[in-house]
Amino acid sequence: MPFPEESRLSVVRLRSQGFSGKRWVINKQSLRMNNSMPTRLHGRYHELAPHLVPMDYTSDPDCKLPLALIVNMPELKENPFRNRIVEAFSEDGMGNLSFNEFVDMFSVLSETAPRELKAIYAFKIYDFNVDNFLCKEDLEKTLNKLTKEELTPEEVDLVCEKTIEEADLDGDNKLSFADFENMISRAPDFLSTFHIRI
Amino acid sequence: MARNVNFDPHLMEAGMESPVDEEDVHHSFNQIIAENSQSVAPSEAFELQQLQWELTEEVEDSVHPLPGQGHEPREEQQDQRDFGWGGDETDPLIANKWSSATLRILSSMPSRTIGRNRGAIISQYYNRTMQLRRRRQSRPSIKDLSRSARPSIRGYGNEEDTTDAEARKREHLVNNLQNLSVSDRVRMLREMPLSVAEKSNLRGLALQKERQTQASGQMHCCSQLKYYTIIAARQGWYSWLSFLHSLQLWQVPLKRVSGRFGTGVLSYFVFIKTLLLFNVFLFLVTGAFLVLPQALFPPDPSADKRSFYGLELLTGAGYFTDSVMYYGYYANYTLQKSCRVDGGHHNTSLTNGTMRGCISNHHHYNMPLAYFFTIGVAFFITCIILVYSMSKSFGRSFRIDKSHSVLAMKVLCSWDFKVVKETSVKIMSENICTQLKELLAEVSHKDDTKTAGQKLWRLMVHALAWAICIGSTTASVVSIFYFSDNMHRNLKERFHEDPLLKEASMLALPVLVSFINLLLPGLFNLSAWMEDYESPSVRTYVSISRNLMLKVSILGVLCYHWLGRVAADSGLTCWESYVGQELYRFLIMEFIFTLLDTLFGELLWRLFSERVLRRRRRPVFDIARNVLELIYGQTLAWLGVLFTPLLPAVQILKLLLLFYIKKSSVMMNCQAPRKPYRVSQMTTIFITLLCFPSFVGASVCVTYTMWSIKPSSSCGPFRELKTMFQAGKRWVEKLEEGNQNLSVLANAYSYLVEHPFFLFLGAGIFLIVIYFHSQVVDGQRKIISLLQEQIENEGEDKKFLISRLQSIHEQRRGPNRRQRRQDSSC
Repeated sequence: MPFPEESRLSVVRLRSQGFSGKRWVINKQSLRMNNSMPTRLHGRYHELAPHLVPMDYTSDPDCKLPLALIVNMPELKENPFRNRIVEAFSEDGMGNLSFNEFVDMFSVLSETAPRELKAIYAFKIYDFNVDNFLCKEDLEKTLNKLTKEELTPEEVDLVCEKTIEEADLDGDNKLSFADFENMISRAPDFLSTFHIRI
Repeated sequence: MARNVNFDPHLMEAGMESPVDEEDVHHSFNQIIAENSQSVAPSEAFELQQLQWELTEEVEDSVHPLPGQGHEPREEQQDQRDFGWGGDETDPLIANKWSSATLRILSSMPSRTIGRNRGAIISQYYNRTMQLRRRRQSRPSIKDLSRSARPSIRGYGNEEDTTDAEARKREHLVNNLQNLSVSDRVRMLREMPLSVAEKSNLRGLALQKERQTQASGQMHCCSQLKYYTIIAARQGWYSWLSFLHSLQLWQVPLKRVSGRFGTGVLSYFVFIKTLLLFNVFLFLVTGAFLVLPQALFPPDPSADKRSFYGLELLTGAGYFTDSVMYYGYYANYTLQKSCRVDGGHHNTSLTNGTMRGCISNHHHYNMPLAYFFTIGVAFFITCIILVYSMSKSFGRSFRIDKSHSVLAMKVLCSWDFKVVKETSVKIMSENICTQLKELLAEVSHKDDTKTAGQKLWRLMVHALAWAICIGSTTASVVSIFYFSDNMHRNLKERFHEDPLLKEASMLALPVLVSFINLLLPGLFNLSAWMEDYESPSVRTYVSISRNLMLKVSILGVLCYHWLGRVAADSGLTCWESYVGQELYRFLIMEFIFTLLDTLFGELLWRLFSERVLRRRRRPVFDIARNVLELIYGQTLAWLGVLFTPLLPAVQILKLLLLFYIKKSSVMMNCQAPRKPYRVSQMTTIFITLLCFPSFVGASVCVTYTMWSIKPSSSCGPFRELKTMFQAGKRWVEKLEEGNQNLSVLANAYSYLVEHPFFLFLGAGIFLIVIYFHSQVVDGQRKIISLLQEQIENEGEDKKFLISRLQSIHEQRRGPNRRQRRQDSSC
């Protein structure tokens, strides 16, 4: 179980208690010795921008990495939804992630995150225009990213219509979160495919 | 995962969450309806009008003023607004007929704002925790609730007005969290879609309060003890998990495989890891309780000490025959610390237990009993672990509803986020594209029925394919039967031959069986190709069932040969060791043939297709066939533990080597499967196959051996006994002799185990439990369809209310608008 919530929250708890030196100041040696997940993630976060990311979090620095740096990670580089993934976890919606949000992202995308949490964020990722609904445009964009625009426009249209027809329960011609979650609950593979290994 | 469904409005509304922070405060719908149904003061109407006029201007610049609007052309919208609504009765929710005020109201509807701000999330989770607390305490009875045909209207924990201040709501939430049990609290916190900082804040507050109440109040010493025990257990569990994770067994190779091939091929390697863990457990148990004690107190060395040739690694006989590897080596007396008499010879007795002339009272170890109980307990614990993992996997993948929304699932759930390599991502996109096109074709050509002639032809082809498969299976089983009989008879007649050659000839049967295991699946694949199934999942299931049939029948005939023929044969000095050696040989041969198959099937085939045929397509890794091979190997290992306590160690080595070899072969030679592969369903099937025919078959054979077969009289820990089971019985009798009170226990034991009535009773209770659970599942299915109906009804309600609002607003606006037009035209 790579991600017990305890260990993740313990990171922040230590920070908020102003725990300095021994526990949280990460130097290169402790990165090699201590293999716990938050430390490893901090190592990955740091290596994205070594001159920007501080090693010492006791002063609670406000450091955010831009979208362009984060989508260059090997785990995200080839993913067609990489921009949306990072934007969904950023507080400002523009894709700038602080370390907390970075941890959040990989925690939700880990193996043991609960299904509801994964469904919430999957919905946000597919919601391109951020209106809390998956309308036809969102589905078209999703489809184009999935198939790298290999389908003809008529096929795309047909698929989107059929998708909405199949999944829309309350009849407003777009998928609300309840519709999405209902459909996800019928797909047992979702938990294993919505997962990034880090 | 079939959750307990309850009629709860909160859970249904709870879904709309998107923690994008907005400054809007959440309003309740009732307030808005109340506002609008009262008579609107002229000034307010004028304001609304102004707003609408401004918005109309904005709209004319073709900009989206409000979210959630439709995309119909703007001109229509304006026209219909001018003439008032009253047109299309059939679909009142077409967006272009709404006025901007209505749209404004719509955008602040609960279902569209409920997830958007922190306050709303907190209030929603407050309700959830409240409900969880209530559920944990007592269920409200149906009688107490107001009657309604619509469960959502029943007063199930009525939600308070959500216009409370956020701080108060947070306080309530913290209060609720504190009153939940520890596991519930952790689960709630995990599920909340808030940021990490917020969650840690809430958690800190909840713990703080808890500590305060603890410090202030006098907690009962028992509950305090319980609290500390739970905390300690939880810390221990987390540290054990982080230790396991830090071991990182194969973390990097698994990541590389999943990055290139996706979740399907990854599941094969994860299965290897699972089997490895089972074997490590078995090895630790047998090693600690059987091998180690016996190795520390070796019995008298036998007369013929053989030297080590290389062949022993393959045949397991020769030098290894009289070693701790096999059953025959184990003592049938109580091991005691050696006392040297007569200058170094152990004076061992072959009767029950005492060493003549030795009065050492330390370190008694009753070997027969230990052997019996170790094997029994190891199998029992393995059974529990298997059933537990099977039920968990089943729970994850079982879906009550038959899925009608295949296209939607393909669009939204099929992208595998684990794949990171560029070429693999391209292949995956192509696959999804192809599958979507196929689904579309299926959907549009659903009414293509086949003629009777075509159906008959297909039926004949299927029958022929099945005939080929069953025929080849039967032929191979019969050939194994006669060949094994032949070999066994020849073995006895060939005493004067060169012992090395004799040992090498014992490899003939394993080679034949492995050869059949290699060839026949290829034949099954050919017949499946001939049959040309439409649905790839049906093809996979048929292929799995054919392979399973083959392996089960082969194992069946081999078990008959070993337990029926060899065990009954009085010519062999130690049949158990012989059977153990056979199983060792089978395991080794199976490994060698798997290597050969990897070499020829994957490496050479890839080279051949690239150089000679000049195709870019590499061979596909057949996950199902490889997993069935693993299950077959594991069945052999489980069968052999009784006769060869070190067999799990051999299996561990084999699995380790197999992992690395298969991984390199897959990375070098194969490509990802083109057909869609349902991972969780397949994983469930494989673990069920591991439990049901494989483990159950092995344990039935072992139980039969222990219960009814007479052990050989010259070797092993059960030398004088009629059956192995008697070791346990004798021990119980001895205990009874020692202490009369235990006779009750002994009687109960013998009564329970040896009378068939209790077995039937147990089976009957089991069946009743299964029946109840299936009824529960049926009931939940009905509830799901009821809830779906209800959602549709609520949708209709919503449409109705919105259209009524619209019409009321239009009516009020009507006279004012005419007045304004007159004013502006002047």
